[in-house]
Amino acid sequence: MTISVTMTVNGQSVTRDVEPRTLLVQFLRENLGMTGTHVGCDTSQCGACVVHVNGTSVKSCTILAAQAQGAKVTTVEGLAQDGKLHPMQEAFRENHALQCGFCTPGMIMSAIDLVQRNPNPSEETVRHELEGNLCRCTGYHNIVKAVMAGAQAMRG
Amino acid sequence: MYAFNYHRPASLADAAKLLGSATDGKFLAGGQTLLPTLKQRLASPSDLVDLNGIAELNGITVSGGSVTIGATTRHAAVAASAEVKKAIPALAALAGGIGDPQVRNMGTIGGSLANNDPAADYPGAVLGLGATIHTSKRKIAADDFFTGMFETALEEGEIITKVEFPIPKRAGYVKFPNPASRYVMVGAFVAETANGVRVAINGAGPCAFRHKEMEAALAKSFSADALKGIKTDPGSMNNDIHASSEYRAHLVGVIAKRAVQAALG
Ligand SMILES: Cc1cc2nc3c(=O)[nH]c(=O)nc-3n(C[C@H](O)[C@H](O)[C@H](O)COP(=O)(O)OP(=O)(O)OC[C@H]3O[C@@H](n4cnc5c(N)ncnc54)[C@H](O)[C@@H]3O)c2cc1C
Ligand code: FES
Ligand code: FES
Repeated sequence: MTISVTMTVNGQSVTRDVEPRTLLVQFLRENLGMTGTHVGCDTSQCGACVVHVNGTSVKSCTILAAQAQGAKVTTVEGLAQDGKLHPMQEAFRENHALQCGFCTPGMIMSAIDLVQRNPNPSEETVRHELEGNLCRCTGYHNIVKAVMAGAQAMRG
Repeated sequence: MYAFNYHRPASLADAAKLLGSATDGKFLAGGQTLLPTLKQRLASPSDLVDLNGIAELNGITVSGGSVTIGATTRHAAVAASAEVKKAIPALAALAGGIGDPQVRNMGTIGGSLANNDPAADYPGAVLGLGATIHTSKRKIAADDFFTGMFETALEEGEIITKVEFPIPKRAGYVKFPNPASRYVMVGAFVAETANGVRVAINGAGPCAFRHKEMEAALAKSFSADALKGIKTDPGSMNNDIHASSEYRAHLVGVIAKRAVQAALG
């Protein structure tokens, strides 16, 4: 049995017939071919798969595509505007906040959500808020620096 | 994950009907426990009945001495609610300490209680405050709800609709989190309520339980010192790779004292 799922991904309305067990991350990567969202653990631990659903960050490996029916989904591919990186993406680049880059899409999506809720976060808040995102390379230090800088840039 | 059928009813009656007519149906709330379970193929329901389309199950109301939280209300909504923070700050803090931000954006109070994981946070607050669990069929007192590890008083097809917390004079919650998962290794929810002092211990035993000896001591004197010397039997504690039962029994005393201090502000 398949069901029809419609959602808005990065501003574009998309409809696909999928099996009900299709995860949102599978929908994005396999049905839409948008591979910016990564699968690290597939067990709700690592946060590599974080996207925004109606403005809040969720682990797209732990939500069915069907649950996002009618929702507005934003992935890392939807952040840059007119060829210009989002301030948080730019801050990650400037601060050398990535090495292999595998965790980066999820880190950036979580970081933007945390800044939306805490426009002027302390370093402690940033570290605490990134609890759901694991990085095996950087040791987090530059990621925290980047998020602080990105927050400042987002405040304008 | 095995294949299943997916339904998103808009009313409680339809949800109950859909589950009743499924071969082996399960309700889906935040999915933060159920979907990982399905991925591991530890369960293979024929049908998932998504409760998130039922408007009446969502939301927070504070009135007449109680805080009522709808079953599909996310942990993040409880943590951020100005009304909950004012009425029962310990409850908002508890919700804000569950897992990580992404888990809190999906996970729900109804799902947490129905699941009754021994390491879950909400059972501490529900038992510690003497809350009432409203379901599609009846009202269940907290003291009768948690019946064992992953076991509750819920019957097949019964839906938690909301949870009503009486506002206490003061309350405090402290958990010793597992450093990797943030699940509870030992938690204590201590409250001074209109009906006396309640102490709920979660994370430590097969399910949340009341510590009657601590309640009696705190009724005499509501201070951390009153708990000095009170021992907890390791025989009733969980013993796993995260902590031995002796260690958990010791932590119960330490964490309960901290919870009293938190309640005293
Ligand atoms: C990485 C991670 C870390 C976590 N850390 C913590 C933590 O620190 N503390 C903590 O307490 N929890 C933690 N959790 C669990 C989280 O809080 C879950 O959200 C919660 O336990 C289940 O709620 P849910 O809404 O996701 O339920 P679901 O997964 O959708 O459902 C769980 C079960 O409850 C049933 N159910 C759901 N809603 C109802 C209802 N209204 N009536 C009857 N039955 C219902 C379902 O059928 C299912 O059997 C963590 C989860 C993850 C993935
Ligand atoms: S892939 Fe989703 S949390 Fe790791
Ligand atoms: S940069 Fe490699 S996992 Fe974070």
